[in-house]
Amino acid sequence: MDVIVVFLIICGLIFFTGGAVGILRFPDFYSRLHPAGKLDTGGALLIMVALALFNLHHFSLSTLLTGFKIILIVVFVFLSSPTAIHGIVDAGVRAGLGPWTKKND
Amino acid sequence: MKAQAQGKAIHHEPARESDSRPVVPSHGTARSLLSYAMAFFILFCLWVILSGKFDLFHLSLGVISCLMVTLFSKDLLFPEPRTAGSFAIWIRFIRYIPWLLYQIFMANLHVLYLVFHPKMMDLIDPQIFRLQSSLKGDLALVTFANSITLTPGTITVYVSIDGTFTVHALDKQSREGLPGEMERRIAKAFGEE
Repeated sequence: MDVIVVFLIICGLIFFTGGAVGILRFPDFYSRLHPAGKLDTGGALLIMVALALFNLHHFSLSTLLTGFKIILIVVFVFLSSPTAIHGIVDAGVRAGLGPWTKKND
Repeated sequence: MKAQAQGKAIHHEPARESDSRPVVPSHGTARSLLSYAMAFFILFCLWVILSGKFDLFHLSLGVISCLMVTLFSKDLLFPEPRTAGSFAIWIRFIRYIPWLLYQIFMANLHVLYLVFHPKMMDLIDPQIFRLQSSLKGDLALVTFANSITLTPGTITVYVSIDGTFTVHALDKQSREGLPGEMERRIAKAFGEE
C-alpha cells in the first residue's frame, strides 16, 4: 500500500515539475498554457488519489468521508481547470495576441 | 457540473446567437419533478459527504437547506428537463469518464516528453485550427470542449453553437487525434449518433 502511495506521489511530483519547466521552456503565451493547465491537473489527480489511498489505511467511516472529500477536490479541479484555461486563452484572443508558429512553414 | 456547464455555454455564445436559439419547451411536470429530484439528490450527497454527521438534527438541516437551494436555483441547475432527466445519459456519461481519464493520462505523458525533450523547439508546431463537430446538444458541446481542453496538447479557444470548434494544438500528433474517437464517444454518451 505504502509503495503504491509513494509511487503515485512521485509521479504527481514529476508532472508538477514538468508543468513548471514547460512554462519556462515553451515559446509563447498559448503553448505555455498547455503545461500550466494540464500537467498540473494530472499531477493534482495523482497526488490526491495517493492521499485518498493513504488516508484509507485505517478504514472507518470518518476516513471514508475524508477520502470522498479528497476525490471531490479532484472533481472540482477537473471542472474548473479547463474553464480557467479557456478563459485565459479567450482573453489572449480578444486582446489580439497571435500564436507563435514555426517560421519555416 | 450542470451549473458550470451552463455557465460556460452561455459564455461561449455571443448575444446575437443566443437570441435566435429556440426555447426548449417544458416536457410536463413529471419530467421537471424528476430533474428537481436529481438536483436535490446531488446536493444532499454533497451535504452528507461534507458534513459527515448522520444524526437526525444534521440530516434534517441538510434536507431543509437542500430543498431551499433546489427551489431557488430551479432555472440554474437543470433548466432542460429533457437532458437532465434521462438516467441513461448519466450512466453512459459515467462510462465515458474512465476512457477520458486514460486519454488524459496518455496525453499528459506525451506533453511531459515534449517538455523535457532537448530539441523541444523542433518537435512542437503550435497552430490554431478549426474543426466542425456534428454534436448538437449544449451539454454535449460543452463536454467535448472541456474534454479537448483537458487532453494535453489541445485547448479549445472558441465554440460556436453550431458546433464549430477553434482549437489551439501544440503539435502534429495532438492535432491529428482530434475530430476522432472522442467525438464519437461523446455522441454515443449523449445519444446523438
